[in-house]
Amino acid sequence: MNRTILDLWVGFFVAIGIAAFFFLALKVGNLSSSHMSETYVLQAKFDNIGGLKVRGPVKSAGVVVGRIADIRFDPQTYEAIVTMNIDGRYRFPKDTFAAIFTAGLLGEQYIGFDVGGDEKMLQPGDTIGKTQSAVVLEKLISQFLFSKASDGQEKQ
Amino acid sequence: MPNPLDLIRKLGHAMVERIWRLGFASRFLVAILAQSGTSFRRLSLTLREIYFGGVLSLLIILVSGLFVGLVLGLQGYEILQRFGSTEALGTLVALSLTRELGPVLAAIFFASRAGSSITAEIGLMKATEQLKAMDMMAVNPIARVVAPRFWGGVISMPLLAALFSAMGVIGGWLIGVVFIGVDDGAYWSQMQASVDFRYDVWNGVIKSFVFGIAVSLIAVFEGYDSVPTAEGVSRAITRTVVTSALSILALDFILTSFMFRGAS
Repeated sequence: MNRTILDLWVGFFVAIGIAAFFFLALKVGNLSSSHMSETYVLQAKFDNIGGLKVRGPVKSAGVVVGRIADIRFDPQTYEAIVTMNIDGRYRFPKDTFAAIFTAGLLGEQYIGFDVGGDEKMLQPGDTIGKTQSAVVLEKLISQFLFSKASDGQEKQ
Repeated sequence: MPNPLDLIRKLGHAMVERIWRLGFASRFLVAILAQSGTSFRRLSLTLREIYFGGVLSLLIILVSGLFVGLVLGLQGYEILQRFGSTEALGTLVALSLTRELGPVLAAIFFASRAGSSITAEIGLMKATEQLKAMDMMAVNPIARVVAPRFWGGVISMPLLAALFSAMGVIGGWLIGVVFIGVDDGAYWSQMQASVDFRYDVWNGVIKSFVFGIAVSLIAVFEGYDSVPTAEGVSRAITRTVVTSALSILALDFILTSFMFRGAS
């Protein structure tokens, strides 16, 4: 069996095809930066999660430290239970405050960790005690309007 | 005025004919898979088909990918500008290409460029009784002619789709960053932040692989099943292109509804 010019062309085709695939993986996708090798699970209960989505980010000081793995409804307490996979390199104190924020005015919602000063660390599987729910824009506006209305009555 | 009973009979006949062909096509796929050993033992047969199906489709795939990227860049910029979020141009171009346009358009181009020529080749071989002659010489035509063409298509398709998407992203970059002046860093970093490798890129590859199987099977089957006359072959080629395009779009809908349900 001899090498032919056809083999050269097929080799060229396969090589640039694989190169395109690597381009998609590394330059377009984020295979290089986003992999979290080891994760552990934390849970948090919220009264209202707003528009939080599974696979959304968990941030601390603006850095992504984990992903939201699961969102369930607890029929006993009528709260939402959010399960998060946190990067194994990071540990957080016991009194960490989990709040739901919005990136920009209309952006996606994420969980932000405000770190406390406790000596003890949260262990894998723990539930974060202190949480703050998502801000619902309608509630905010109606609160503002009602307070304005009551102000006006007092002036009269 | 045709007899209504006659009409119903024709409709029924057409239905039965379709189902008959579908069954034959399924049996044909099993026969190809069973006879595939030869296409990998004598790799030069398959390499030749990768050359004719894949390498010669390179030009149309690369050029059309570039143009689709250019158009996405222009249109995307024009629409995103209204919402003041032109930095999201990279995200828009990359997601629409890796998820949908790359696999689907590459498969349709592949079907019309390579699938039609495979059908014509096998159809003419049948019309000139070359397939029968092979059978007489104890050479199995499915192993010698059909299976290498099938595998050539299946191997070429994901590579072509990846090239199409990559060229499209570069085209969007050309228009958005070089000509219009979107920030270069924002284009790539927004893209990387929102395109997930497993969820977006890998699902696109799976799609193109499925399309490769569908298009290659339709092309070899229509050729093998064609009526061995000049008219029959030309009809088979038309059917290849039409059926391929329809089944690519239908499969795309099914695959998308499985893959991208929206995570919530």
